[in-house]
Amino acid sequence: MTTKCSGAVAKKGFKELSTYISTLNIGDDAQKNRAYLIQVLHKAQEIFGYLPEEVQKVVAKKLNIHLAEVYGVVSFYSFFNLEPKGKYRISVCTGTACYVKGAMGILDVLTEELGIKDGETSADGKWSLDSLRCIGACGLAPVMLINDKTYGNVTPDQTREILAKVEQELGEENV
Amino acid sequence: MIEQYRIVLRNCGVIDPDSLDDYIKQYGYQALGKTLAEMTPADVVAEIEGAGLRGRGGGGFPTGFKWKIAAQQKSDTKFVVCNADEGDPGAFMDRSVIEGDPHSIIEAMAIAGYAIGASMGYVYVRAEYPLAIERLNRAIDKAKEKGLLGDNILGSDFSFDLEIKFGAGAFVCGEETSLIHSIEGYRGEPTTKPPFPAVEGLFGKPTIVNNVETFANVPAIILKGKDWFRSIGTESSPGTKVFALAGKINNTGLIEVPMGTTINQIIFEIGGGIPNGKKAKAIQTGGPSGGCIPVKYFDTAIDYESLKALESMMGSGGMIVLDEDTCIVDTAKFYLDFTVDESCGKCTPCRIGNKRLLELLEKVTNGTADENTLNDIQSLSQVIKDTSLCGLGQTSPNPVLSTLKFFPEEYKEHIVDKKCSAFVCKELYQYVINDSCVGCTLCSKKCPVSCIEGEVKGVHIIVQDDCIKCGKCYEVCKFNSVDLVPGGLSNV
Ligand SMILES: Cc1cc2nc3c(=O)[nH]c(=O)nc-3n(C[C@H](O)[C@H](O)[C@H](O)COP(=O)(O)O)c2cc1C
Ligand code: SF4
Ligand code: SF4
Ligand code: SF4
Ligand code: FES
Repeated sequence: MTTKCSGAVAKKGFKELSTYISTLNIGDDAQKNRAYLIQVLHKAQEIFGYLPEEVQKVVAKKLNIHLAEVYGVVSFYSFFNLEPKGKYRISVCTGTACYVKGAMGILDVLTEELGIKDGETSADGKWSLDSLRCIGACGLAPVMLINDKTYGNVTPDQTREILAKVEQELGEENV
Repeated sequence: MIEQYRIVLRNCGVIDPDSLDDYIKQYGYQALGKTLAEMTPADVVAEIEGAGLRGRGGGGFPTGFKWKIAAQQKSDTKFVVCNADEGDPGAFMDRSVIEGDPHSIIEAMAIAGYAIGASMGYVYVRAEYPLAIERLNRAIDKAKEKGLLGDNILGSDFSFDLEIKFGAGAFVCGEETSLIHSIEGYRGEPTTKPPFPAVEGLFGKPTIVNNVETFANVPAIILKGKDWFRSIGTESSPGTKVFALAGKINNTGLIEVPMGTTINQIIFEIGGGIPNGKKAKAIQTGGPSGGCIPVKYFDTAIDYESLKALESMMGSGGMIVLDEDTCIVDTAKFYLDFTVDESCGKCTPCRIGNKRLLELLEKVTNGTADENTLNDIQSLSQVIKDTSLCGLGQTSPNPVLSTLKFFPEEYKEHIVDKKCSAFVCKELYQYVINDSCVGCTLCSKKCPVSCIEGEVKGVHIIVQDDCIKCGKCYEVCKFNSVDLVPGGLSNV
């Protein structure tokens, strides 16, 4: 889910984030507060879909950590996104097992079909494409994820079929 | 026929991971009970040390020795950390243990806490494993409810609590000093050792960091004793090892075998051999820090030392099988590409050195390497190994060095003949249409870049300059008229 960081939806998001932080044991112990940072960022990304500056600012203030420190952490970990992702987040595992079983071919097909490269989001915000390293489903290699759904043993042709199905879903939603 | 032997995976797939009762029926928490009722902390350390348990996270460091050092530290606060970051791409042992038998890790960590004098533990799980996090969370809650975690466990004066911490997609966080910084809420950059975590770790306090699989062995050792454990495996590496078999093998999945099992037994007896009648070429172990072991050494009995002697390492247990269709240079490049991606950038040899090394490998795979390239690769690799700050950089050239040692002819083929026999390196082969083409036009319709020309019923040709080598024409032609041939460097 990607939420715009302004307006009513955002307000609700910030409220949810504040509520979450208030359940943590934030106190005078700076060391302890700091140790909550990564899990708070996870929660924030779950709510907003990404971590824009406004969100980082709120986190920094609530945990009493300098914004630059928060940014330092966000930019270090590849799981955290500074930009919003597409409605359909497609990830291709390029871990060893998947690589050996043809993951790059799957990535090529997706690039060709969606017109976006690894790490990009389509201009209409529908799709984003990423590669990731091993989700621990190596027995099903090559593996692809669309949002949180896993597709195993995919071939280039199946990839096209799966995309077509998702396209259809998208079309139906817009009616 | 070699038998599997289950210590670590004893409960996986056997019990309901969400059921504490199931775990207890399988002698669960009896080791913790025995520890608290009958053993002193020193007894526990002695048992683990006597069993010869070695770290399953990669290095094989003696677990009992690590615990002893932490136990000796005078500090009011100490920590037990479980490393469930499982970064090796192609390995999923730790995930399976946590998802299938979460209580075994909780029990083991409590035993470790008792042994070293810690009352708090953290499990650091990678964010890519949401189900593992969920199950572990539920297991911790249940253990707390039943008084198996928390204050005065089982009526003793020992108290121990557990919390889960999440990774966020950084391979280097599997390294223990990085992992500690990450738990503390910082960028997961490694720091130099010493001080070792056992002396000065999490929040500056004595901390033991152990791998999931290491912990999973602990309850069994406490219950059955060190001599039992020593009776399994080899002299220097007692016990079993879990491997994640993947790649070009018929039976993918987890196996657990006594140390000292040969590669042949694993690949052919348990793994069922190579699919599609292909020949095995090598196995890769140790992930980005390991190497490729060629078929001629498949009779090697696996333990920490034997794999090291073959320029690889045990690693966490990923075992990727490569068949004859695999290009070994491309495989080395794959791992290096991973390292370049995952280098934290703190030190220059790793950040810049690996990038340069990758460029040298790219020259080999794209046909622009010359007679000096291999020497450059060797010497740069040595510099990176000798001067990098942490284990990631110190081991990153291993996949390159091991393949260079065992498959020199394949490197030479790329460099001298400009040829990739496995047809993997795109710059070194091309698709051509032969005279048997009947001009059905199918390939030209399917070609994504429209670079196939020809009249209906006439022989077609591929305009090589525009071809992106997607292989579609080769795939669709019903008349075997498209060939895959070496060469094609001129049009790159
Ligand atoms: C780059 C790098 C990555 C590592 N990744 C892991 C990992 O994913 N899991 C793990 O248990 N140990 C990993 N280690 C090893 C840890 O630093 C540490 O030695 C280990 O967790 C100790 O536990 P053990 O003695 O039980 O194996 C890694 C080391 C390095 C240098
Ligand atoms: S060796 Fe690489 S990963 Fe390790 S500290 Fe240096 S740059 Fe970071
Ligand atoms: S390999 Fe792909 S791009 Fe090249 S000619 Fe065949 S179909 Fe076209
Ligand atoms: S598909 Fe085969 S037979 Fe048909 S035009 Fe292409 S090369 Fe010729
Ligand atoms: S390598 Fe792709 S799931 Fe493990």
